[in-house]
Amino acid sequence: MKTARVAYGGAIHTAYPHATGLQLADGRVLREEDVVWLPPFEPGTVIALGLNYADHVAELARELHSTAAAEPLVFLKSAGALIGHRGHTRRPSDAAFMHYECELAVVIGRPAKGVKAAGAMQHVAGYTVANDYAVRDYLENWYRPNLRVKNRDGGTALGPWLVDTADVADPHALALSTRVNGTLTQQGSTANMVHRVPQLIEYLSAFMTLEPGDVILTGTPEGVVNVNPGDEVVCEIEGIGRLHNTLLPDSLFGITA
Amino acid sequence: MLVNQRASLPPTPTTGLPPPDFAPWRLSGLVLAPLMNDPAALQALGAAVDAPPYKAAPKAPVLYIKPRNTLAAAGAPMPLPLGVPALQVGASVALVMGRTACRVAERDALAHVAGLALVVDLSVPHDSFYRPSVPLKALDASCRVAPPVAFSGQDLAMLTLHIDIDGRRVHAASTAGLRRPAAALLADVSDFMTLNPGDLLLLGVAHGAPLARAGQPVHIAAEGIGALTFPIEAAA
Repeated sequence: MKTARVAYGGAIHTAYPHATGLQLADGRVLREEDVVWLPPFEPGTVIALGLNYADHVAELARELHSTAAAEPLVFLKSAGALIGHRGHTRRPSDAAFMHYECELAVVIGRPAKGVKAAGAMQHVAGYTVANDYAVRDYLENWYRPNLRVKNRDGGTALGPWLVDTADVADPHALALSTRVNGTLTQQGSTANMVHRVPQLIEYLSAFMTLEPGDVILTGTPEGVVNVNPGDEVVCEIEGIGRLHNTLLPDSLFGITA
Repeated sequence: MLVNQRASLPPTPTTGLPPPDFAPWRLSGLVLAPLMNDPAALQALGAAVDAPPYKAAPKAPVLYIKPRNTLAAAGAPMPLPLGVPALQVGASVALVMGRTACRVAERDALAHVAGLALVVDLSVPHDSFYRPSVPLKALDASCRVAPPVAFSGQDLAMLTLHIDIDGRRVHAASTAGLRRPAAALLADVSDFMTLNPGDLLLLGVAHGAPLARAGQPVHIAAEGIGALTFPIEAAA
């Protein structure tokens, strides 16, 4: 089962895939571009992983102080960073390098505290696609990656669909890809995660209670390139969904240089 | 029906947050805090600030989030994590947002503030600030908020607070001389993330936050703003 949350006709609806677009729970069939797509579940705590793909670690090796990944690199985001499918993200003009990150997002469905990896998947409601932008110009070496890099308004897209756990045979056998204006720029597989989903749930739930709606963004593989205002970025994960995002210039937000 | 439950996974109510008795009436649950807003915290690192891994003093505000699992009733006991002998007791006054603040100018910033609240931020002590240290700062029940008071023009650079552990005054601090005073902090944070009514933005924990061990009662007070008391318990 795949579900979405969309705004249409003055209300927020649950929606399902349909041959011509989507169908609201009330029966109306609509085209994808007729609705406003929200993150496909009500998000709680947003937990993100850095450096969780061996190839991405290699890609960044020159600026890292350590390539060791004994412990997951975890950071938190706030709900204000989240937008839905077909959303818009501001591309600040003073930055030289802003890139997308295509990530498998794991949505918690049952509370988890002190859970072992062996039983961890029972706490997962489903999956969606995340595009977790970073503005590298703003990186500083304090609580890195700092929030100015990774927790910007509208800087994390989620969607379009929440796909039930039962419909994903193996979350570590999924191809990921990103296309910028139709050109393939990032390719990888969730098989290459350093810390896998059950291990991440064990690690996190050892110190914090995970609640339904909490979401874990599991990191991105190599292949991140700069994006510019006007670019359309499409992040796709096999069997989970294809997440569109468009970058907008400062000028549309009333920001003058 | 199962399908609909899935599509609307309910947000967990943020337990323990007190309702302000002024608008916005409700706290959102977002608790945001700056690292090292006390110049003494940065000075204490000495030459290490310019050495790897930091290489320079922070320029933009360095922030952390206390997520919803950390929110607990002000007086609830705080269990020590297994193998941790003591927790660091950070205390700070927080701005309670009253109006949406997106890219606000410093001179207008405080017009977006509705109230002030005393917040305690408990962490496992750590002396490296290179990585976000989430496992040390996001412990269940490690954030408590005292009932907020309305903001009516109090001088935010003249607030004082103190911490008593086991009945003994172990820490006193003031908001004088912050690296970013309240208005500058709010302006710089709102430059990249919008704050909404009910969000809390801490002014920052002062350098030298004390440690508390199992069995010790902790009392925190900020003059004219609030107080809270809770015990530290042995690991469950």
